[in-house]
Amino acid sequence: MLKTAVNSFHREQNARMVEYAGWDMPLFYAMGATEEHRLVRRSAGLFDVSHMGRFRIKGSGSASFLDYLITSDVRSLKIGQSGYGLLLNRDGGIIDDIFLYHTGPEDYILVVNASNLNKDLDWLNEHKSAYDVTVTDESPETSLFALQGPRVLPVLEILTGQNLQDEWDRFGIREFLFEDIPFLAGRTGYTGEDGVEIFVSNDKALALWKSLLEKFSLHCEIAPCGLASRDSLRFEPGFPLYGHEMNESILPPQALLKWACYLESDFIGKEALMALLEKGLETKLITLSLIEKGVPREGYEVLSKEGEVIGQVVSGLYAPTVDKYCANAFVPVAFAKAGTELQVSLRGQPKMAVVEKRPLYKPVYR
Amino acid sequence: MEIRYAKTHEWAGKDGDLYVCGLSEYAQDKVGDVVFVELPESGAEVEQNAPFGVIESVKAANDLFSPLNGVVAEINSALEDEPELVNSSPLKDGWICKIKSDDQSFSALMSEDEYKEFLKGQDE
Repeated sequence: MLKTAVNSFHREQNARMVEYAGWDMPLFYAMGATEEHRLVRRSAGLFDVSHMGRFRIKGSGSASFLDYLITSDVRSLKIGQSGYGLLLNRDGGIIDDIFLYHTGPEDYILVVNASNLNKDLDWLNEHKSAYDVTVTDESPETSLFALQGPRVLPVLEILTGQNLQDEWDRFGIREFLFEDIPFLAGRTGYTGEDGVEIFVSNDKALALWKSLLEKFSLHCEIAPCGLASRDSLRFEPGFPLYGHEMNESILPPQALLKWACYLESDFIGKEALMALLEKGLETKLITLSLIEKGVPREGYEVLSKEGEVIGQVVSGLYAPTVDKYCANAFVPVAFAKAGTELQVSLRGQPKMAVVEKRPLYKPVYR
Repeated sequence: MEIRYAKTHEWAGKDGDLYVCGLSEYAQDKVGDVVFVELPESGAEVEQNAPFGVIESVKAANDLFSPLNGVVAEINSALEDEPELVNSSPLKDGWICKIKSDDQSFSALMSEDEYKEFLKGQDE
């Protein structure tokens, strides 16, 4: 199994470890996933997300190349900015959701999901011949951490002596030297809270990880957090997760991701996307909550109020901040309106549910 | 109260003329934060080692197996609003149900020492 540069820390802390996309990753630490979730909402949490892939794309053709492969407005991304986008196949299905960092002239970092790394790399290599670009997988040499929560920026200001809250835009990229360790950070994240994502070389990663936890703890509550709380934190603000709300047979508008598609530019999959928009959606993603108690799990059937099977749960959990048992599911558009009454079959027992207005938790920076 | 354990990590202990049952300290730690408990129904007939409820943690649903033969006499309805009691107090406030049972199925369970020995093989 693959191990991140801070694996020894997770093991020493007796984190519950699980295999995820071939990596040995922490699911939760001693305080438990629910408390980790609450800690990130009220103060700060540090996530090891080094399992995610990082590709370096360089060359005079990099902007054109990325503009062709990624759905978002790549050309408007200035140096020092980052943005969310999608890779689509020719049929408009989602190959992956990505974060693109514009780090220099003709220089980009593409962050991809761990489970899609090889597929994405093949896809990029398959299309690069028409462009003057090099694509390098830098994932093995670098680590990626997500430091998330309302106390992150204020404390980072104290620790670095820089004015960050006012001068650092959301999605902006900055370089830092912290305790003699250089790292790159984006004011990004996937929890619904303000925070940063940090790129650091593997040889300095463990030192930085420990130092961040130690120095932040002098100013605020902070703890390492695992994949379980990361999942519930991304769920509440309505952020999709690959393999659940997205896959290669789901088109962006069905997953409510039309906003991540810049229809003025030509990207792979655009024709199929336009055709779907022309025709109109038959199914789309909803968030529901149970009126009766129980946990809706992935794969459980969603039923109409009358008991007809209309869809399946793709993500389901107890959402700590909103204190509800919730799920995401794809259903026919006629059932997608907030307030619509549905049922979810929990191991054969139908439980009453209602379609929720999204997002359940509004991201603080929006 | 003498507590005995099932291989599936439920415990049982004599409480008056009933047996009180719950999930072991080891198992609650293993499953992590409990977010929902599907309790057996009061009056239900239960069979030793057969599923009689479900414990839902943050990541998965796990069957609960009855540690004893008998009839469910009482359920811990506090778990409906506070499923986390299974984590914070697995042997006391986080009990699952009380079963009217014979002593035979209770004797068939492991003693505390036997269970501790059994757990040594679990994490390897």
